[in-house]
Amino acid sequence: MPDDRRVAVLGAGMHPWGKWGRNFVEYGLAAARDALGDARLSWPDIQFVSGADTIRNGYPGFIAGATFAQALGWTGARVSSCYAACASGAAAIANARAQILAGLCDVALVVGADTTPKGFFAPVGGERRDDPDWLRFHLLGATNPTYFALYARRRMDRFGATDEDFAQVKVKNARHGLANPNARYRKVVTVDEVLDSPVVADPLRLLEICATSDGGAALVLSSMEFARRHGAAGPLVTVSAVSTVTPRFPNTVIEMPNFSTDSAAAVGSGADGASFRPSITRAAYEEAGIGPDDVDLAEVYDLSAALELDWYEDIGLCGEGEAEKLLRDGDTTIGGRVPVNPSGGLSCFGEAIPAQAIAQVCECVWQLRGQAEGRQVEGARVAVTANQGLFGHGSSVVVTR
Amino acid sequence: MPALEGWFTLDPDNPALLGSRCPRCGTYAFPAASSYCANPACEASEFEQVPLSRTGRIWSYTDARYQPPPPYVPADPYEPFCIAAVELAQEKMVVMGQVVPGVSVEDLAVGDEVELVLDTLYRDDEHEYLVWKWRPLGKGRSA
Repeated sequence: MPDDRRVAVLGAGMHPWGKWGRNFVEYGLAAARDALGDARLSWPDIQFVSGADTIRNGYPGFIAGATFAQALGWTGARVSSCYAACASGAAAIANARAQILAGLCDVALVVGADTTPKGFFAPVGGERRDDPDWLRFHLLGATNPTYFALYARRRMDRFGATDEDFAQVKVKNARHGLANPNARYRKVVTVDEVLDSPVVADPLRLLEICATSDGGAALVLSSMEFARRHGAAGPLVTVSAVSTVTPRFPNTVIEMPNFSTDSAAAVGSGADGASFRPSITRAAYEEAGIGPDDVDLAEVYDLSAALELDWYEDIGLCGEGEAEKLLRDGDTTIGGRVPVNPSGGLSCFGEAIPAQAIAQVCECVWQLRGQAEGRQVEGARVAVTANQGLFGHGSSVVVTR
Repeated sequence: MPALEGWFTLDPDNPALLGSRCPRCGTYAFPAASSYCANPACEASEFEQVPLSRTGRIWSYTDARYQPPPPYVPADPYEPFCIAAVELAQEKMVVMGQVVPGVSVEDLAVGDEVELVLDTLYRDDEHEYLVWKWRPLGKGRSA
């Protein structure tokens, strides 16, 4: 991997996930200070601030970069704010990385934080009859778990996944997150407890669906040259690829918040367009010049326990229909061949939308530095994240040591 | 009256979703395309409105055990319902819809044939608002 495509990760920081009920700016600020301290830099050293937006916290959330910059104290740093739904954090990382690779700045701060309401995510207010996100609730009563459940049922039908398989994903992730100080849920869960929890959207149960959380995450990124000059406390970790791809037509898998897929009547469903999710990480691997066999650990978006199994295949850890075997063989458990969600994943965190894709990268950084106490994947050198934001936002980051 | 104007016909016997077909490349869309074609190789800007296939096969399905938040307008008391994603053969696309009341997930399977019907989404003091729903064929056809 040539230097000219890599950026250094000097610092990673988080505010713990929970249901704290405070202003999202507090979480972002705490995470930013944590990352700056980790980087041994002070706030005035930052030349560019890249914020990941939240849409449920009023105007300050729409211009999150400036909100965090103001909270840290105006220094004249350049700023950007971006929204890409669940992929917002990766989009903010991509913006900071582009500034650094273009030589427009040496060192940048990426921040995302959220305060979430209780219960199902609902569309933002107002009656909008031309907004598919409003219409899917109004006309269908289709919540986010509706879509997760459609994928889960499809897995059961196509590949013979069982209720026990889905429960085992939850059991694994609960065990992974036990010692993670930033995780919201730190409790051993048994298969029976999962199966005894109420069905929300058949076949998915309450303990298999990720909660909505408050939290904040931040990264300090720099050019490789700056990192060498500044020096790193431990092994230098770098971001070697960021994928923010969109789907290819025709996208024939139903995607939140749509009512329908693309029509393949005119063009057929070719290999390229067949499915969006596998294309997300494929683009990141290509950019990093690696393949799935090189990956030591992965942080994937387990919005549901069943969706984690889809990701195993989508990021190339196994072939289609083989994810259940990978899980049952213990390959994706810490100590196995390629641990997935050593942080505990969304299962232990819940989702703080704009912070989540950044948090995935934070976990990879700590893992590759050997600082993931109580959940360390030994000797990890290459980590990958995968995530998808509604309305066609892919997100995948390759982190290497 | 329809819960949303122009998305489906109100034919009491053979209702259909109103989609579009691109006159240039043949791509279908639902909701109907009005200004652009989803096919990146096509620059059409005008589209034929067409009724979509009234039957299809279940791609996947689930249910809603808990009351969805607004803008969903629930019955009082809340009644759980099923949702199906249905593959239309001619259009080569999948369209979601609620499943008619009285059907539970135990009655459904991937690949089952279903038919489009109109049913009540909710009522207020003045109107009954209609929406499309999927009804399993071979079960409760008179429902």
